[in-house]
Amino acid sequence: MDKKNIHNIIALANELRWKIGDDFHDNLAEGIYADAAEIVEDAIIDKNRDRKERLDNKIDRIVTSRVWGFPIMFSILALVLWITIKGANYPSAFLADILLGDVRPMLKSFAASLNFPWWLSGFLIDGVYLAVAWVIAVMLPPMAIFFPLFTLLEDFGYLPRVAFNLDYLFKKSGAHGKQALTMSMGFGCNAAGVVATRIIDSPRERLIAIITNNFSLCNGRWPTQILLATIFIGAVVPASLSSIVSLGAVFGIAVLGIFFMFFVSWALSKTLLKGEVSTFNLELPPYRPPDFWRTIYTSIIDRTLIVLWRAIVFAAPAGAVIWLISNLYIGEQSIAAWMIHYLDGFGFLIGLNGVILLAYIVAIPANEIVIPTILMLTVLVTGLNVGEGAGVMFELDSVNDTASVLKAGGWTLLTAINVMLFSLLHNPCSTTIYTIYKETKSMKWTVLASILPVIIGFVVTFVVAQLWRIFVN
Amino acid sequence: MDVLPHSNCENCEHFNADGLKKLGVDTTDFDYIVALAGNPNTGKSTVFNALTGLRQHTGNWPGKTVTRAEGAFQYNEKKYKLVDLPGTYSLLSTSEDEEVARNFILFGKPDVTVIVVDANRLERNLNLVLQILEITDKAVLCLNLMDEAKRNNIEINIRSLAKDLGIPVVPASARYKEGIPELIQTISDVASGKIICKPHRIKNIPKDIEEAVRILSDKIKKEFPNIPNSRWIAFRLLEGDNQIIEALESGVFV
Repeated sequence: MDKKNIHNIIALANELRWKIGDDFHDNLAEGIYADAAEIVEDAIIDKNRDRKERLDNKIDRIVTSRVWGFPIMFSILALVLWITIKGANYPSAFLADILLGDVRPMLKSFAASLNFPWWLSGFLIDGVYLAVAWVIAVMLPPMAIFFPLFTLLEDFGYLPRVAFNLDYLFKKSGAHGKQALTMSMGFGCNAAGVVATRIIDSPRERLIAIITNNFSLCNGRWPTQILLATIFIGAVVPASLSSIVSLGAVFGIAVLGIFFMFFVSWALSKTLLKGEVSTFNLELPPYRPPDFWRTIYTSIIDRTLIVLWRAIVFAAPAGAVIWLISNLYIGEQSIAAWMIHYLDGFGFLIGLNGVILLAYIVAIPANEIVIPTILMLTVLVTGLNVGEGAGVMFELDSVNDTASVLKAGGWTLLTAINVMLFSLLHNPCSTTIYTIYKETKSMKWTVLASILPVIIGFVVTFVVAQLWRIFVN
Repeated sequence: MDVLPHSNCENCEHFNADGLKKLGVDTTDFDYIVALAGNPNTGKSTVFNALTGLRQHTGNWPGKTVTRAEGAFQYNEKKYKLVDLPGTYSLLSTSEDEEVARNFILFGKPDVTVIVVDANRLERNLNLVLQILEITDKAVLCLNLMDEAKRNNIEINIRSLAKDLGIPVVPASARYKEGIPELIQTISDVASGKIICKPHRIKNIPKDIEEAVRILSDKIKKEFPNIPNSRWIAFRLLEGDNQIIEALESGVFV
C-alpha cells in the first residue's frame, strides 16, 4: 500500500463528487429502490392486492385516530399502573416479612454468636443488609409486574403506535419522534431509557432524549408516590373515594412528568440544542399475539433481575452511609442531625424539610430507599419511641404508623405534595447518571442532565410552597 | 409452541446427535464468524435465539437491539460465533446503530452474513439487502415470517429471488423453529465455500455516477487487490464518508 496513491484516490473522489453533484445520495437511494422493485416484480405474487384491508389497518385506525388515540393511550397507562400498584402489595409484604421478619433476626443472632462488636453488626446488618433487603422488597414486585406488562405491549406492537400518536408533539417541541419509545422505557427504568436512545440518529435529538428521560417517573419512584398519595391525599376525601383519588394523584404526577419532558425538550431545542427536526420513517409493525409465557420469562430474567442487581449494588453502600452518619458523632449530635439542622432552613423555603433533603442526598444511589430513610431520620430527629434505633432503616407495618411518624416530623399536606413533586423533579439516580456519562461520553451533558431536573424541582416546589402559604394557610 | 410441527431434520436423530449443538454465550475458539443483519422488527433476535439457544429479549418494535449481542453454536464439528447486529433500514446514514452494523460487516469481516428479512415487506427490506450485498459477497437471505406471509396470501418464488440476488435464500418462520435447520446447513455451506455467491450489484444508477464509481473502484482494487467491496468503498468516498476515508488512510482494508 502506498500512502501517496491513497491520497490520490481520495483527491480523485473529491473531484468526482464535485462533478456528479449534490444528488448523489438521492440517486443512489433511488437506484437501490428501483433494483428492489424489479427483483420483487419477479419474485412475489401478492394475491392480496385487491382484497379488503387487513385487520391491522382497522385496529390502527382506532388506536392512532385523532379522537381515540390519546384516551386509549392514557387508559392503557392507567391500567398498567393500577395492576402494578394493586398487584405489588402482596408480594411486597411477603418479601418484607421474610427478609426483615425472619432473615434479619437470624443474621443478628448469628453475629451475636460470633461476638461481633455492636458497630460491626450494626454496620453490616442494620446498614448494608437492611438497605439491600428494602430495595428487594419494595422494588422487585412492582418491577416483576410492570416490566412483563410493558413487554407484552411491546410484543403486541403497541409502542410504535404510541410513537406515532406523540410524533406531532415531539416535532413541535423540536425533538425526535422516536423519543416516545425511549420515554416509555423510562417509566420502567431511566437507565434503560437512556441506553434505548441509541435508536435516535441525530446527536442533537438524542441528547434531548437523554437529558429529558429523567422526567419519566421510574419504577423506583412509584412506591414513594403511591405511599404519600395514600397517606396524605387520599385522606382528605371520603374513604370511598380515597383509592381513586390517590391513584389519580399518582397518575397526575406521571402526566406532569410527561409535560415537563415536552417543555424541557422544547426549551433545549430553542437554546442549547438548536437545530432542525429530523424526519424518519416509522414502520408500524403488524400486530402479533405475544408469546405470553416466553415474554414473562425473558422480561423477568433480562430486565427485572438485571435492573434489580444494579439497584442492590448501589443500595448497599447507601445503607452503610446512612448507618454511619447516624452513629458517628461530632460534638453533641450525630452527623445526620447536624446535616438536617443545616438543611432545615432551605427545606422550609421549598415546603420540605432538612430530613427530606438529607434523605434525597443519601438516596442518590437508589430512589427506592427514600421513604425508609426519611422515616428513619425523622425518628432520629423527633426522638419518637418507634423503630429500631439510630441509623436503622425501617418501614412501619401499617400505613397509619407511617402517617403518624411523618406527622410527628411536622409533615403537612403541603409537605407531601412537594415531596411527590420533588420525587418527580430531582436528579437521576447514580446508575442513570453513570449511564448518561457512558452514552454521551461528556462531562458537560452529564452534569446538565443531573442538575437541570433538581433546579426545576427547587423552582416548582418553591413556587408551590409560596402559593400554598399565601392562599391555603 | 411445542405442539407445532417441526421440520423432518429436527426430528432426525442423526441431525440432533451429530449436528447442532447450541452453545449459548460460549464464543471461544470459533471456526467461523456469522453476522446477523436485517431491518428492525423482522425477527432477527428470534433467529439468533433459535440458533444459539439464548433468550435475548425480543420485542415488536423497531430498534429493539441497540448493541451487538453474541452467541455461538456448533454444527458438524465446526464452531460458529454468531453476532446479532442492531436492526437498521439502511447503512447509509450515521446513526449509532447503523454504524455498529456497517462497521461489523465491513471491518469484522464475517465469514457469512445472514440477512433476515420480513417476507411480508420484501420490497422495503431489499433496500438494506442490496446495500449489504455491496459490502460482502458471502451472504444468506433468511426469508423470515413465512407463516404470516402465508396468512396474508403472499407467495414468493424462492428460486427466482435467489437467482436475482445471487445468494442462497432460506424461507423460515423462526418463531416456530421452521427453516432453522435449513438455515444452519446453508450457513455452513457458504462458510466452507461449498456455495459461492455472486451477489447482485446495484444497477439502476445514472451513467455519470456509474462511471465515477468504476474509475474509483478500479483504483481502489489496484491498491487493495483482495477486498470484495471496492465498489462500495467508491460509493462511500463519493458520499464523503470521513470514517471510510480515515480507514483507507490507515490501511484497515488490507
